[in-house]
Amino acid sequence: MTLSVNKGLSGFARLPGSGRKGATLLGRPNLFTSYERESRIFTSTTQKVVAAVIIVVLFLMPFELPVINQIPIIRFLGDGPYLRPVSTTLVYIVAALGLNLLLGVAGQVSIGHAFFMGAGAYAAAFLGGEATSTVYGHGLPIWIWLPGAGVTAAAIGVLIAPVAVRLRGLYLAIVTLGLVFLGIHMGNMDWGRKFAGDPGLGRDFPSLELALWKGQDPIISTADDGRWLWFDVTKAEKIYLVLLCITLFMVVLAKNIIRSRTGRALQAIRDRDVAAEVMGIPEFKYKVIAFALSSFFAGIGGALLASLVGKLPAIEWDLFLSVEFVAILLIGGLGTISGTVLGAIFVVLGPRLIEEVTKWLESQTEATGPVATVADLIVTDGANDFGPVSTATQSPGWPMSIFSWNVVIYGLLIVVFLIFEPLGLYGIWLNIKSYFKRWPFSY
Amino acid sequence: MDRLRTFNPLSSVSTGVVTLVAVATVLFYLFRAIVEPYVMIQTLAKAIGLGSTYALVALGFVLIFKGTQVVNFAQGALAMVGALFLSFLAADEHIPFTTVRNPLISIGPEWFGWALSVIVALVIAGILGLVLERVVIRPMIGQPLFSVAVITLGLEAILRTAANDAVQTELRPLAIPWGTSGFTLGGETNAGGLTSGGASIAWAYVAAAITAVAAFLAVYFFYRSRMGVAMRAVAFDQEAAMAQGINVGRVFAIAWIAGSILAAIGGIFATQPPIAQTGAVQLETQFIAFRALPAVILGGLDSVQGALVGGLIIGLAEITAGQYLSQYAGTLGSGYPLVVPYLVMIVGLLVRPYGFFGTPEVRRV
Repeated sequence: MTLSVNKGLSGFARLPGSGRKGATLLGRPNLFTSYERESRIFTSTTQKVVAAVIIVVLFLMPFELPVINQIPIIRFLGDGPYLRPVSTTLVYIVAALGLNLLLGVAGQVSIGHAFFMGAGAYAAAFLGGEATSTVYGHGLPIWIWLPGAGVTAAAIGVLIAPVAVRLRGLYLAIVTLGLVFLGIHMGNMDWGRKFAGDPGLGRDFPSLELALWKGQDPIISTADDGRWLWFDVTKAEKIYLVLLCITLFMVVLAKNIIRSRTGRALQAIRDRDVAAEVMGIPEFKYKVIAFALSSFFAGIGGALLASLVGKLPAIEWDLFLSVEFVAILLIGGLGTISGTVLGAIFVVLGPRLIEEVTKWLESQTEATGPVATVADLIVTDGANDFGPVSTATQSPGWPMSIFSWNVVIYGLLIVVFLIFEPLGLYGIWLNIKSYFKRWPFSY
Repeated sequence: MDRLRTFNPLSSVSTGVVTLVAVATVLFYLFRAIVEPYVMIQTLAKAIGLGSTYALVALGFVLIFKGTQVVNFAQGALAMVGALFLSFLAADEHIPFTTVRNPLISIGPEWFGWALSVIVALVIAGILGLVLERVVIRPMIGQPLFSVAVITLGLEAILRTAANDAVQTELRPLAIPWGTSGFTLGGETNAGGLTSGGASIAWAYVAAAITAVAAFLAVYFFYRSRMGVAMRAVAFDQEAAMAQGINVGRVFAIAWIAGSILAAIGGIFATQPPIAQTGAVQLETQFIAFRALPAVILGGLDSVQGALVGGLIIGLAEITAGQYLSQYAGTLGSGYPLVVPYLVMIVGLLVRPYGFFGTPEVRRV
């Protein structure tokens, strides 16, 4: 419920008893009496507190601390083997925010996100990587290569945007799909190999160390274990914390872009491009801006992903990666930051969860009792077993491996979410929220 | 009226550039045809073989898009599944997923049993398309086009993985009767019976061309039948068609059956040795659809004749690049012909944003 009010009229709309301009009435958190108040990052104190608690928990998650280590899921996620998928999730959030700006906010369909991520990754490798006899690299520090990756990708986005602006809907989707194939091919050409390295093995990417200039001792080192402030931190924990800082910065940046004049213009174009033009929003200019912003986030996400993985061949920036990001947005919910974050968590940690469940089922097959029977029906560990899940890691054929099942389940999730909950996890969250808000009345 | 159109500096520049490129290409072909006529004939035959395969897959895309407004990204996976079923039936001579011998193989001469197996494989592909439409696409009527396109991407992931696991690590040929054989046009036969010079043309190219012509004729006549008129009406306006008493659900089903069958035919040709590099069903088989997408886009998403023209142009571009640019293969990177279709598509779209025969979207204020 909104009372959107012009600045000049706000005096009329000021509610009796409220001291500040546009203050919220107690118990009416959805009543906004000014535009500034509605477009705040946190519209209520509750949201501020929740966000602060989440951020503190995220920062302290890897450490053995009395209270935080008692929270059920957080307990596991902060531990060594799970910290890496959690770090991957953070990187995916950064890149997914970029696609969200393009697809969710500006309404421009793209399945070429992997192309821009690859562009960013190789720009980072060019600026920050180590030069060898086969690949370029200038060994510059992170504060050059990370923004450099984003800016390079954004520049490529600006170059491509004029072609893209001429196209609509599905034509645009297929052209961006073509970009992915062209990008992989460029990485395998003679000059592309100078950036991308060997087509089979790839090249080394710069690590997440902060140094003032090349050759100097890093201020923040992630090469080995060490001690930060009061905590002993391992290598993985250092990488996680650095990524967490970068991701939080990018999340706030994306949120502020959406709230700004640019973001509102992009939303107007998404909702009705002709109407937006009539209102004086230059469509061409803002579509180019949308591509540049999206590619900027994609480039930084790609550089971080490559840096996290360490060594990647060019073929990894493929259609499947792009589809993963579209899936993150659709599963999470288009156009919202929280949806993007939820979707990334779901898509990256989901397969990991399935893997864990399979491992647990496998360990149960040896025992007796109802659990063991169910586990035996699902998991195949011998030659004459007939469960659908094989414990062999990547052997093709029936029973299918966990790897294959993950792809199948992930495809099913896309289908099921789009059919039954087009708003995604964010929509489910809204439903739950409104259920409790209206309780005991269900309508 | 012209002044009212949105200014786009790319339009006039790119039109000029593309016209220049087109004229240069035609001159190049004429020149090569005079210098080496047999090489040219052979190149054209290859291009027609590959182009027909693309055109068949593209026609499947177009039929589904026209009928249901869905861009089916699962087309490649359907192509792979169709080829895989033929491999089970004709090469393994088993009923799929069992050890029972396929009874069709022993009927009549060898080629007749194979042809029956092809028909059975295509019927299975059609049923698969029908099931997908009923289960997944039907509930999505009225949703944004992109959501439905992404659903087909999800289907693609499922089908591709399932088919890949069914292929396992074995080689899966298709036991095509004419195999890699062909005939030679012109050239000189020496005393030993060996032919030198001339243009050798594989039967596979001829078969692909005949199939494509047959498929396009079938669609041409189908569009003039009662059901075809209904399909065109649905493509024009679903609600108005429904109001006229047309069973839109049946049109959807027919579009998906036809699209899946065409995908399977494309998959079978895409596995034939002279057209494709390998003669076995494998994960690469499904890429035929992603390579045929430029043909669809170039011709126009909703145009049947566009699929034919687009397929042939893309096939010609790919084969010509492979034939006459091979001395630059080092610079262009190995496998460079495979990305030529995408380049042609992007350049073509600069001139015609809706393809050569596509219907421009009307923007209403």
